[in-house]
Amino acid sequence: MELFKRYLPIAILLIFVVGIQLLASATDTAYYLTQLTMAAYYSLLIIGLCLLMGYAGQISLGHAGFFAIGGYLTAALTSNDLSAIRETAFIQLFDKAGLLVERQSLYGEALLNVHPWPACIIAVSTAIIIAFILGIPVLKLKGHYLAMATLGFGIIIYRVVLAAEFFGEADGISEVPPFQLFPGVSVNGDFTNRVQNYYIAWGLLLFGLVLLLNLIHSRVGRALRSIHGSEEAAEAIGVNTARYKLYIFVISAAFAAVAGSFLTHYNGGIGPSEASVMKSVRYVAIVAVGGMANLWGALIMGIVLNFMSLRGMFGTYDDAVFGVILILIMLFAPQGILSLRVRNFFRKEEKDS
Amino acid sequence: MDLSLFLQYLFAGITYGIIYAIVAIGFNIIYNTTGIINFAQGEFLMLGGMISISLLHFMPLPLAIAVAVLITMIIGALIEIVFIRWIDNPSVLRMIVITIGISILIREVALHIWGESVRSLPYFIGSSVTSVSILGTRISPQVLIVIGACSVMVLFLNFFFKLTSLGREMRACSANRRAAILCGINAKNMVTFSFMLSAGIGALAGAVMSPITYSQYDNGTGLAIKGFTVAILGGLGNSLGAVAAGLILGVIEAFSISFLPLAFQDAVAIAILLVILFIRPHGLFGSSEAAKLKEF
Repeated sequence: MELFKRYLPIAILLIFVVGIQLLASATDTAYYLTQLTMAAYYSLLIIGLCLLMGYAGQISLGHAGFFAIGGYLTAALTSNDLSAIRETAFIQLFDKAGLLVERQSLYGEALLNVHPWPACIIAVSTAIIIAFILGIPVLKLKGHYLAMATLGFGIIIYRVVLAAEFFGEADGISEVPPFQLFPGVSVNGDFTNRVQNYYIAWGLLLFGLVLLLNLIHSRVGRALRSIHGSEEAAEAIGVNTARYKLYIFVISAAFAAVAGSFLTHYNGGIGPSEASVMKSVRYVAIVAVGGMANLWGALIMGIVLNFMSLRGMFGTYDDAVFGVILILIMLFAPQGILSLRVRNFFRKEEKDS
Repeated sequence: MDLSLFLQYLFAGITYGIIYAIVAIGFNIIYNTTGIINFAQGEFLMLGGMISISLLHFMPLPLAIAVAVLITMIIGALIEIVFIRWIDNPSVLRMIVITIGISILIREVALHIWGESVRSLPYFIGSSVTSVSILGTRISPQVLIVIGACSVMVLFLNFFFKLTSLGREMRACSANRRAAILCGINAKNMVTFSFMLSAGIGALAGAVMSPITYSQYDNGTGLAIKGFTVAILGGLGNSLGAVAAGLILGVIEAFSISFLPLAFQDAVAIAILLVILFIRPHGLFGSSEAAKLKEF
């Protein structure tokens, strides 16, 4: 019964996802699916950040940095030509392991790249390692200090991708090849692959959501809520607060990196704006609108706001809209925009399980 | 590195350093009265520069700067009255998010008013090639004006907080808000005034630095980060510490150009910030005993 209640909303969401796809395909508006696919990837990052902010109570103004680490490493490894350094021992090792692919660029030149699978794994593991190393000292900080430290991390990543030739400087990296997950299933932005990619993105998002929902209903989740309530009290009853905060920081960074990696393949490229501070602030805004400690709120607002933004509904006021949203929510509804009735429904469910 | 080049770097470092110090003092003034870090502090400098550039079409330079400072002070007061004043006992996270929202809002409004173009005030004395000779090296007089104006501001603030009754009332609020209220000080007005004061010094610094560093709608964020670094480095709330820390950071940054690419200049400051936060969050000059009582 408990499990049924936990998975019922997911089943409903699944029906929605399939329904929207059928509706869009039937009414010849399949172009909406493109933005919904991208919104799903961004939402993957956002539910991860929601776990960190809402459940572990730690703000991060540097999550665009982890997204960029995932995206940029994926792009650089799968697009930058390695044939010039083919003879070096390191690349030889990759070659022997069968991790390299030869392909042709748009202009017919031969390129030697890392295969998307290992590239994705390297990108996400790098993000995890960086989150781990950064998290140990950073998460000792609180309040303003934590905000500024994570903001500083985000800016360093932004500066690095903007200045490094390896990451394409101000132009970013384009012509990233498709990511063939299995034979016949690949992540790319081709029109013919639109429906398939829609399901890949949403499948990934739902998988992430189930993972996080199970996590917050476990021992870890209860420990997190105790940290959020009072760190001192949690420590006093024997919760290793530092370790749990670090776990969650690393998990949310991994979610961001996976989202960055997949979205880069889907878009066929990535630019420095993905690493900008404004992006990090936007993610925080969306989590705040969803109501901080509310995964479903973060998910719904993540989809809705990203979809609207990607459709260009805010025009040149894109960033301003997020600024206004941020202020209004924090002034008038710090518990999030979803009405109390909706929240109570989920609350009750949380209490029962 | 010969002496002349060394002095060039040194003066560049001092110029930027003292600007960072002004931003840091702006943080400190608001932090002392409210316990809030105002993430929109850098935007005050941008506004000071931009507004005086626009006003220059209608009035002479000194008047344009004075009016720009006044307008920015009013904006500072409005921000406090509209967004901060009526919130009771806000959580830190909430205030961080609100001030970040305010900084985005100011930046976006600036973008729509002034566009993306880079502007600057004319040099106050002579032109961009005018220079004076100090110890055998050529320095633009504007550099000396920036250093002079910022030093005067630091001295003025020091006297203001020590000698005037308004300054003393503000200090009383930061020392113990409840006790200050019981003594008949209107603490809420003091908070409004602290926003005006830090907006004012920010705007003046933004105007005098504009000929050298240029003004653009988005150069507030970078300054805010540097200013925060300096504020932490000098010990949050400690204004003289901020001046020393500002000069240290400015000079380190200036000399980092000689062995690092320019693009990584910002990364140097932020790396220093991270290191300081990890090993000495109470700052170079703060006392570690007092720090134990604070929350980091």
